[in-house]
Amino acid sequence: MDSGLSDQPVAKRRIPLALKILIAGGFGVGKTTLVGAVSEIRPLQTEEVLTDAGSGTDDLYGVEGKQTTTVAMDFGRITINEDLQVYLFGTPGQDRFWFLWDELAFGALGAVVLADTRRLADCFPSVDYFERRGIPFVVGVNCFDGAKRFGVEAVRSALDLDPDVPVVLCDARSRQSGKEVLVALVEHVAARRAERVAAN
Amino acid sequence: MRSDAPGPHHDWLDDDAGPVVRPYTVTGGRVQPSAGRFDLMAFVVAGPPEEDGDDGPQPQPEQRAIIARAQQPITVADLAADLNLPVGVVRVLLGDLLTSGRISMYDPPTSRQFPDDDILKAVVNGLRAL
Repeated sequence: MDSGLSDQPVAKRRIPLALKILIAGGFGVGKTTLVGAVSEIRPLQTEEVLTDAGSGTDDLYGVEGKQTTTVAMDFGRITINEDLQVYLFGTPGQDRFWFLWDELAFGALGAVVLADTRRLADCFPSVDYFERRGIPFVVGVNCFDGAKRFGVEAVRSALDLDPDVPVVLCDARSRQSGKEVLVALVEHVAARRAERVAAN
Repeated sequence: MRSDAPGPHHDWLDDDAGPVVRPYTVTGGRVQPSAGRFDLMAFVVAGPPEEDGDDGPQPQPEQRAIIARAQQPITVADLAADLNLPVGVVRVLLGDLLTSGRISMYDPPTSRQFPDDDILKAVVNGLRAL
């Protein structure tokens, strides 16, 4: 046991649970808007020291000495009750920050992939990422003003989603709509879990 | 200093990117914590008050700010956002505080059964009630 871990007198204190939900999707699809609509949003900075894996593909400029890059992520908290908090992390939209995703995804409850039907391909990488890692996700189709509306089934088919992945139409600006997307995700997580239990 | 104007690939680098100061200055240039992993969702709790003022080096202002906020359990991510410091910097500071016994860390549960159905139901109900 490391010193300072758990077996100190303060261990009697109740430690809340914090659940992590990722909000992913292409650049400008409304991730910040969604996080802001449903939670108390703040920027979270990461000043990442690039590893060799990242530095080969990263186009850095003006960085001398240590290879670092600053990324500001959207970060929001929803307090369910004093013992339970839900945190939303808007994943960095740029491809060059993929290396941050693994940490964000670690232990995540699930993800919302926001899609804009005018640029549906922008969310392919996010869908791929969560599918490959078996992280439960829902697709939220952000219905921008004036955007051509596509049906849920058209989006599902264009994204080649598994039939059990929920696709919900939403308005990222609306608190009510954002809440419904999150509820759809948590219910999807619960349903997947129930299937897994049933299969065992 | 950066003399190039941010190009089209760097439009994320606006004023919100914060001051152009090497953020790892407060850690003495160290980028890896001396101890611990510090998951974003791990909770930090300040050590018992009687352990304050032990013979270790006096904490720096940023570390004192962490201790002040960690009187109640607070996540690593919240600390970084509250203090407006990069997560990597906060991790190094937490590593020092953990080594000197000024804080305790509580990692998120890692069981595959976590969170259980009751927790998921509570989240759904809580979200609906927002």
